Amino acid sequence: MILKVENVSQIYGAGTPTETIALKNINLEINEGEFIALIGHTGSGKSTLVQHLNGLIKATEGKIYYRGRCIYDDDFNMKELRSHVGLVFQYPEHQLFEEDVFKDVCFGPKNLGLSKEEIEKRAYAALKAVGLDESFYKSSPFELSGGQKRRAAIAGVLAMEPEVLILDEPTAGLDPLGRDEILDCIYKMYKEKGITIILVSHSMEDVAKYADRLIVMNKGEIAFDDTPHRVFKHYKELEKMGLAAPQVTYIMNRLKNEGFAVDTDMITVDEAADAIMNMMKLEKIND
Amino acid sequence: MIREITFGQYYAADSPIHRLDPRIKLFGTLIYIISLFVANNIVSYAVAALFLGIIIIISTVPVKFILKGLKPILFILLFSVAFNAVLTNGEHVLAKWGVFVISTEGLIRAAYMGARLIMLIMGSSLMTYTTTPNELTDGLEKSLGFLRKINIPVHEMAMMMSIALRFIPILIEETDKIMKAQMARGADFENGNIIHRVKSMVPLLIPLFVSAFRRASDLAMAMEARCYHGGEGRTKMKPLQYKRADYTGYIIVLVYFAVIIATRILFKNVLHF
Amino acid sequence: MNTFKNGCIMGIIKTSRLLYNYIKRDEEDNIEEVKRAVDYVDIDIKEGEFVAILGHNGSGKSTLAKHMNALLLPTEGTIWIDGRDSSVSENLLEIRKCAGMVFQNPDNQIIGTVVEEDVGFGLENIGVPTEQIWKNVNESLDMVGMNEYRKKSPNKLSGGQKQRVAIAGVVAMRPKCIVLDEPTAMLDPSGRKEVISTIKKLNREDNITIILITHYMEEVIEADRIIVMDEGNVVMEGVPSEIFSKVEKLKSLRLDVPQVTELAYELRKRGLPVKAGVLTIDELTDELKKIKAAGEHK
Repeated sequence: MILKVENVSQIYGAGTPTETIALKNINLEINEGEFIALIGHTGSGKSTLVQHLNGLIKATEGKIYYRGRCIYDDDFNMKELRSHVGLVFQYPEHQLFEEDVFKDVCFGPKNLGLSKEEIEKRAYAALKAVGLDESFYKSSPFELSGGQKRRAAIAGVLAMEPEVLILDEPTAGLDPLGRDEILDCIYKMYKEKGITIILVSHSMEDVAKYADRLIVMNKGEIAFDDTPHRVFKHYKELEKMGLAAPQVTYIMNRLKNEGFAVDTDMITVDEAADAIMNMMKLEKIND
Repeated sequence: MIREITFGQYYAADSPIHRLDPRIKLFGTLIYIISLFVANNIVSYAVAALFLGIIIIISTVPVKFILKGLKPILFILLFSVAFNAVLTNGEHVLAKWGVFVISTEGLIRAAYMGARLIMLIMGSSLMTYTTTPNELTDGLEKSLGFLRKINIPVHEMAMMMSIALRFIPILIEETDKIMKAQMARGADFENGNIIHRVKSMVPLLIPLFVSAFRRASDLAMAMEARCYHGGEGRTKMKPLQYKRADYTGYIIVLVYFAVIIATRILFKNVLHF
Repeated sequence: MNTFKNGCIMGIIKTSRLLYNYIKRDEEDNIEEVKRAVDYVDIDIKEGEFVAILGHNGSGKSTLAKHMNALLLPTEGTIWIDGRDSSVSENLLEIRKCAGMVFQNPDNQIIGTVVEEDVGFGLENIGVPTEQIWKNVNESLDMVGMNEYRKKSPNKLSGGQKQRVAIAGVVAMRPKCIVLDEPTAMLDPSGRKEVISTIKKLNREDNITIILITHYMEEVIEADRIIVMDEGNVVMEGVPSEIFSKVEKLKSLRLDVPQVTELAYELRKRGLPVKAGVLTIDELTDELKKIKAAGEHK
């Protein structure tokens, strides 16, 4: 277990008329090697929650443990925590500032006080991992395309070599190609480097495709925490929270209602295609 | 920290003061500030304080709220009061210590100075509390319209002001976000010596400027797309029109000013300076 | 419909061999780089149509859209908006009144500090009398369903609401046509739905021509026509079922298809005789029922 969230609540403006409860008694365990997707309606508290995980926001109540040590202890090194738990914000390209891409990626490791060699080694590795061509390393980050900028920014966090990488809607505002590139690169990091991933997303299709654990937030609380297959079965409850299941789930439920003999817990196109083919074959045999 | 400053904010309410035309409020504030400098004796000051007090009561803005506006200038206030108290030469010396002299005159002067500053801030913040930024800009644009004749781009300046007002909260939020994003990359904005701290602002300021420029260029395009082409031939959705209360307001302000001048002449020997 | 000088009829937006180059100059004003964004494009959009323009980033679709509002002027060729040539500078305001534009970032296109004032901004610019401004503002706020928020600060609204305010600001000018450049790219799913249903309503009920640029395929399946752009050219054009029957081609243009279309395509690939270009769950269900019925007959 890398991270443990224990009874965490976050209340803004306590005691004033504008009091808002952003998080309500959250309990969570995050284990090594998981690919977790975090979904929820805007304002459900998911962005607030991820900022607690690397200590950017301090909980009003409750505790968070990194490898068994409470991060709110006086002798706990926050900077070190942030290198272990990397957080990529929404539109991360808005944080680029150096004169060239390579220098920008070096910013994180430099803050960790590493040697020059180690800094550059990590920066190279990170840029390679996000698949940014070497010809861009020396160009200004502001001259890159939208998708490239975003990958450079992700490399900036990756260069700190985090054990857990949290990404807050990393594909927002990109075109389909840019979306696929980013997601593929995240999946590769998960597969090849064994980085634990927490992906905040609005796309149920992406969630279904990549995640093996799905956490649903609603009004500051955890509504579901299970495998995507099992969570998407509750698509009617998800709809009440302003969410939805992948379109495939709706297709399968519709088919079942229309009298086809199919299971409804398919969440990807491939699964659904296989299921429909099997059903059609079976029906032929039955005839 | 930025959020704590209440000076310049709007306090939503529906009082006669809130409903006044922004031009009379601007005029009234200006006259009030001038009157504070015209006042030179205890009676004038009492009149000024009474006038402010009545306006505050009518405005329904809580006094606590107005006093909070004084907090950011507390230091300047104390400093100038102390400065006046110890550096004024007077006949009735109470204490002396090197160049510092405390005299009765000095103390009176310091007290007046403090009262003047406090009333000045309270008076002008009362205007911003009771006038929305938009009304204020409209009022300024219209009141200063005559400056256009000498080629001062009044409309453009007012437009800039209202755009700034719209984007300040957005940029504050953005600053917060960028700061957190850089902290997630190990940046440290709090510790270290002054040089280190100034240097640590670079990763915050550059993205902030880039974003402000991007927003500015987006906004310019959006404005152009909506037929914006300067102040020429523009009409107003909410044109400023004087009502009866506004004329009464002008009369009250002028009467007040006359009273202040009268007290200055009549009571010039009562605790004056 | 407008009658063109030489008698032929043209739509609300028509381009003829439209070409646009982005020119990058160095410090001495010498041309450093020329990038062709729109490459001899001919399109003709009829009044009342709902046209979607697809294409990946850099395909030239945004550049084309900016011509429709005369924010950019063609390097070569001509664009007519409601019969008015954009290169004639006297036409500028009329063109912008006729073809309103909504942009991607909701924050960067709202000028007013109060919702209703923002909606009135365009009308103030073209010198509409105060009473008429209020009338138009009321109507357009009703049309996008934002009347109850009229006194709010735009900063307090959600992304979808902000975009609806931006749309209201355009609608208030009584345009014949609205060009929306990725209006949903920065929104969450519920915000996207809000904006799309608003757009559809304006098209159906008020007969406003809609030109929608987007990356989300599920937003275009109800369009009357889809135009796909790549490298500054129009590479595909047709009704949605036609366009989405070419899954392979769309993928090669680095575009997505809705999941139901992809599923139908996968089933076809695996030998099930599902028709190409399935766009809705209804269609797919019907197709499968037909296949099942045919199987039972045998």
